[in-house]
Amino acid sequence: MNPFRIHRGRVAPLDRVNVDTDQIIPKQFLKRIERTGFGEFVFYDWRFSADGTKNSDFVLDQPRYRGASILVAGRNFGCGSSREHAVWALADFGFRAVISSSFADIFANNSTKNGFLAVQLSEPEVAELMRGAREMDGYNLTIDLEHCEVRDDAGFRAKFPIDEFVRHCLLNGLDDIGLTLQHEAEIAAYEARHPAPPKEPTHHRQWA
Amino acid sequence: MTAKRTLFEKIWDTHLVAQPGGRSPIVYIDLHLVHEVTSPQAFDGLRVAGRKVRQPSRTVATIDHNVPTEPRGTPITDVTAARQIAALQVNCKEFGIRLFDIDSPEQGIVHVIGPELGLTQPGMTVVCGDSHTSTHGAFGALAFGIGTSEVEHVLATQCLVQQTPKTMKIDVHGRLADGVTAKDLALGIIGQIGTDGATGHVIEYAGEAVRALSMEGRMTLCNMSIEAGARAGMVAPDETTFSYVEGKRFAPRDAEWESAVNSWRSLPTDPGAWFDKVVDIDAAQLCPFVTWGTNPGMVAPVTGRVPDVGNLKEADRRATELALQYMGLEPGKRIEEIDVDRVFIGSCTNSRIEDLRAAARVAKGRRVNPKVRAMVVPGSQSVKRAAEAEGLHRIFLEAGFEWRESGCSMCLGMNPDILQPGERCASTSNRNFEGRQGRGGRTHLVSPMMAAAAAIAGHFTDIRNWKFQ
Ligand code: SF4
Repeated sequence: MNPFRIHRGRVAPLDRVNVDTDQIIPKQFLKRIERTGFGEFVFYDWRFSADGTKNSDFVLDQPRYRGASILVAGRNFGCGSSREHAVWALADFGFRAVISSSFADIFANNSTKNGFLAVQLSEPEVAELMRGAREMDGYNLTIDLEHCEVRDDAGFRAKFPIDEFVRHCLLNGLDDIGLTLQHEAEIAAYEARHPAPPKEPTHHRQWA
Repeated sequence: MTAKRTLFEKIWDTHLVAQPGGRSPIVYIDLHLVHEVTSPQAFDGLRVAGRKVRQPSRTVATIDHNVPTEPRGTPITDVTAARQIAALQVNCKEFGIRLFDIDSPEQGIVHVIGPELGLTQPGMTVVCGDSHTSTHGAFGALAFGIGTSEVEHVLATQCLVQQTPKTMKIDVHGRLADGVTAKDLALGIIGQIGTDGATGHVIEYAGEAVRALSMEGRMTLCNMSIEAGARAGMVAPDETTFSYVEGKRFAPRDAEWESAVNSWRSLPTDPGAWFDKVVDIDAAQLCPFVTWGTNPGMVAPVTGRVPDVGNLKEADRRATELALQYMGLEPGKRIEEIDVDRVFIGSCTNSRIEDLRAAARVAKGRRVNPKVRAMVVPGSQSVKRAAEAEGLHRIFLEAGFEWRESGCSMCLGMNPDILQPGERCASTSNRNFEGRQGRGGRTHLVSPMMAAAAAIAGHFTDIRNWKFQ
């Protein structure tokens, strides 16, 4: 996993609440068996019309937001399906972080596994950033995970909460499977107390 | 005296493997369900790291999202879907995982087959790379959806690192009236608390109306927990639970059964245990619901109307306007005046035998409106066989419904079953998101009885006014 320490980048505003993962990456793209290559399909149904032509009105495709790496969105971002493809698509498109006043749990979990930050600020703070991104050309933010802080160049400063262990993993780009496996002795002890069921119960009813 | 604990806390406590300082607890996973869409990258991750599946016997796979609902054996023409299915077959073989494959007599939607095989049992921790894993909470299990990285984590370690969720009790007082189902209860709750009303929480559903639900009804209710943002939903196990599990293929037997039931009896929440949040619902206030918008919280009584935007707060007004625009609906329109083009009875929310019985009761001796195309997709091959043994398929076919093979089907349209742009569908599934059932498709979530009635009437109609043979 790529470490995340301090990131500065352009901000794109997505002024909608309850953005679900079906919108972030529609189902027709979930059939790929790789982790990469989802970026071009991000928000597909909003960015492209049914015949595949680009709908240039969509915010991410407006020239002023090109190259944005921070998305600011309304509350309950990432609700719905557990598809991690949503995070892969946002990251592959070039985003490093989403800022919202709340995130769906599974989306927030998936983010942390991909060196992608789901930054939670208060509603008024999110509204202020949304306004900044809409009204100022080239509006940039700095997301500082070392200090758990978001800053702009005009004096905006806000702290964000994050689980200490998640922060540690993100800062150092740690593989959390490896970390869990360091507890092999405890896992083995648990398994000795709670043995797995037999592969096939002895009373298995055979199918004709 | 030991502290009073909730059902959730009892399961959580017994599954704690380690609580390393400065990090979230490591929780043991009893049952890991796997399907073709969210697993290929996880297996690849194992291969790259040279890891094995730690507990193949606690891992069970099926193929449900991509399968065509045409008769089995029909070739899969979508190459990427076929590639994804083949990947799961290869992965299960390589890693020694039991797979209920496409042609298995027990294939079905992962959240339908887990319970019907007796894999899901009270007191377990259950995960799957699918948000509707919350379904299994109906058994008094702690069951939640995870992403693909966590799928890989569970495959490799049989554990997950999880922040401790908060608890929420939803207490449903009184009884549901005739024609008001578990689906309506779920929609009513989400309509009241919102699609993020339970974020960060595990819900325990309690109260007289919940106790009175069958296992099918409890599964429907727990299934929709995620639509309120919940980490999981659960119902304490009781005699209804035990008699459902008893005799199932993977359920304990004989002496083991006795001792399992004994320990399951200690699971229910201790009287007076503390919840972070409590929500009270009056069952008498509930009625058949229909969603009018693009998330499951946008819901109205069938006798009601699409909302007027005038009196809403700014943010809600914008969201409502966008939803109505997508749905092609006028503010203030009566729900019963909304015509439908398609009807879908299926999905892990409402495709079990009891759901099909309820729909068949409505369909019996009636005809699907000629403007409507209606399909019934049983949740599993076992449900399909059971329905056919009772003759339900004949009722549906005579009424003009399509009777199809099991799978996720038009719940998310990863297979060929999709809505065309602008088509309006009464659906027993769980999500009415934009494009969920097909790009430009308009989904209204309802119960199986309400869906069947809409198929016949050609528009939404209050099932409480119908007479049955
Ligand atoms: S039926 Fe729908 S919600 Fe359920 S597992 Fe399948 S796609 Fe997901």
